[in-house]
Amino acid sequence: MTDVRIAGVGLHPFGRFPDRTVTDLGVTAVRAALAEAGDPRFDAAFCGTAYAGVAAGHKVLSAIGRTGGPILDVEAGCASGAAALMLAAGAIDAGQYDTVLVFGIEKMPKGIIRSSFFEPWREAAGLAATPAYFALRAQRLQRETGVTKEQLARVVVKNRRHGVDNPDAMFQKETTVEDVLASRVVCEPLHLFMLCSPNEGAAAVVLRRGADAPGAVRLAATALRSHLPGSVLGEATPLSGVDDSDITPPTTLAAQDAFVVAGVTPADLDVVECQDTDAARELLSYEELGICEHGEQGRMVDEGATTLGGRLPVNPSGGLLSKGEPLGASALGQVVELTRQLRSSAGPRQVDGARVALAHTVGRGANASVTILTR
Amino acid sequence: MSGQRVPVRAGLFDEPSPGVAQLLGARCRACDRYFFPRADQCPYCSSTDAEPVALSDTGSVWGWTIVHTAPPGYEGPVPFGFGVVELPEGLRVVTRLEVTDPADLDFGAPVRLAVAPLHENDDGDLVVTYTFAPT
Repeated sequence: MTDVRIAGVGLHPFGRFPDRTVTDLGVTAVRAALAEAGDPRFDAAFCGTAYAGVAAGHKVLSAIGRTGGPILDVEAGCASGAAALMLAAGAIDAGQYDTVLVFGIEKMPKGIIRSSFFEPWREAAGLAATPAYFALRAQRLQRETGVTKEQLARVVVKNRRHGVDNPDAMFQKETTVEDVLASRVVCEPLHLFMLCSPNEGAAAVVLRRGADAPGAVRLAATALRSHLPGSVLGEATPLSGVDDSDITPPTTLAAQDAFVVAGVTPADLDVVECQDTDAARELLSYEELGICEHGEQGRMVDEGATTLGGRLPVNPSGGLLSKGEPLGASALGQVVELTRQLRSSAGPRQVDGARVALAHTVGRGANASVTILTR
Repeated sequence: MSGQRVPVRAGLFDEPSPGVAQLLGARCRACDRYFFPRADQCPYCSSTDAEPVALSDTGSVWGWTIVHTAPPGYEGPVPFGFGVVELPEGLRVVTRLEVTDPADLDFGAPVRLAVAPLHENDDGDLVVTYTFAPT
């Protein structure tokens, strides 16, 4: 259990903002978080981003006259914001700082993400199509658990329903199983509506020492893990490899670490925000995080167990399927949502009485993060 | 000189005789695992005791899909098949697949290595890559 509390959170909505720079987005989120924290001072700043370029965090803090302390940009693919959070919490726990600003910023182009992760020859050979890797994972999930295409569509319907009540989401409109299955096939079995949109946004969190403050939302654990050697398509690793069915995926490694540090179990969770880059990814995450048994995920979705009002609501914010995914900001966007849930200030998407919350990302690297918040 | 066939990257595969292709991999003498592309250190156990080998040219389909839109950095034809092929050595290779309809493949379907054209480069050469085709 860390001795770190969340003193303030802020967000720039996720969407597309052609008239604003990535710095503008960051300024909005950082200002909001510092205002909530009630004191604009901090000892250090960690900025999660993958595409914003050199000294991107400095540019945001320069714009508001808050430079002078250490400012570090942190990149860990889809887990960049969570990696920044982990470093900040660790520094507070180690006694290095008392207050740390953590923020994430991103402005992604539309369409398939171009990633320097793929060597030029893999791009030229057509082996850098990220949705195609997602599709292979979805196909294996269907084969190994019996999840149907309709159940994949139901994940989208659930998250988009949640997103209707999130004014910071890119899509605030419901959809239906029929509409999802009528959207064009991107890579069989995944249709367009089953994939999240890379987009733009920013999120910020102020961390402060002293988790025992009255009413505080405690940052109970932050964990970051990478894939074990040989983990082939467990997480979009474009390498060739051996059978990975016996190799623990990075999400499970991070979850195990986080549960131990926080002193909670999956059964204690009240609300979860998990990586739903595509509909199948959310269902894989259920099992990898330990919130369902192998093969149980399809039934969970059918029964509405992870819908608001269900046994364990997942992605009450609407998830990435509603919000879109600004890489560096998305993990911290989850933390903003869960902080509001634990403060009972999430409005129409509130999970009643939420006290233990988990945020999860997994992506390029592979990197996986699990963050646990308690109140 | 233009009009040559050039590999998308040297050292991935070769064609010892017309119509015959092989992937250039390696076997780790320490952990007995095979890997591709070839490297001087085992990605599984970190041993540097790896021997270069030519991998089997037949395998079975582990997963597959069709890519309909050209991904970043790709100048070849669309749609094209994409997937993972399992080789007898216990190795899985991320690869193109010579199908454009997902119904043309199934789990475990037998496939054979081939070399296929991608695009013409600025020198007028034909860039080619490894691929697997149904047998």
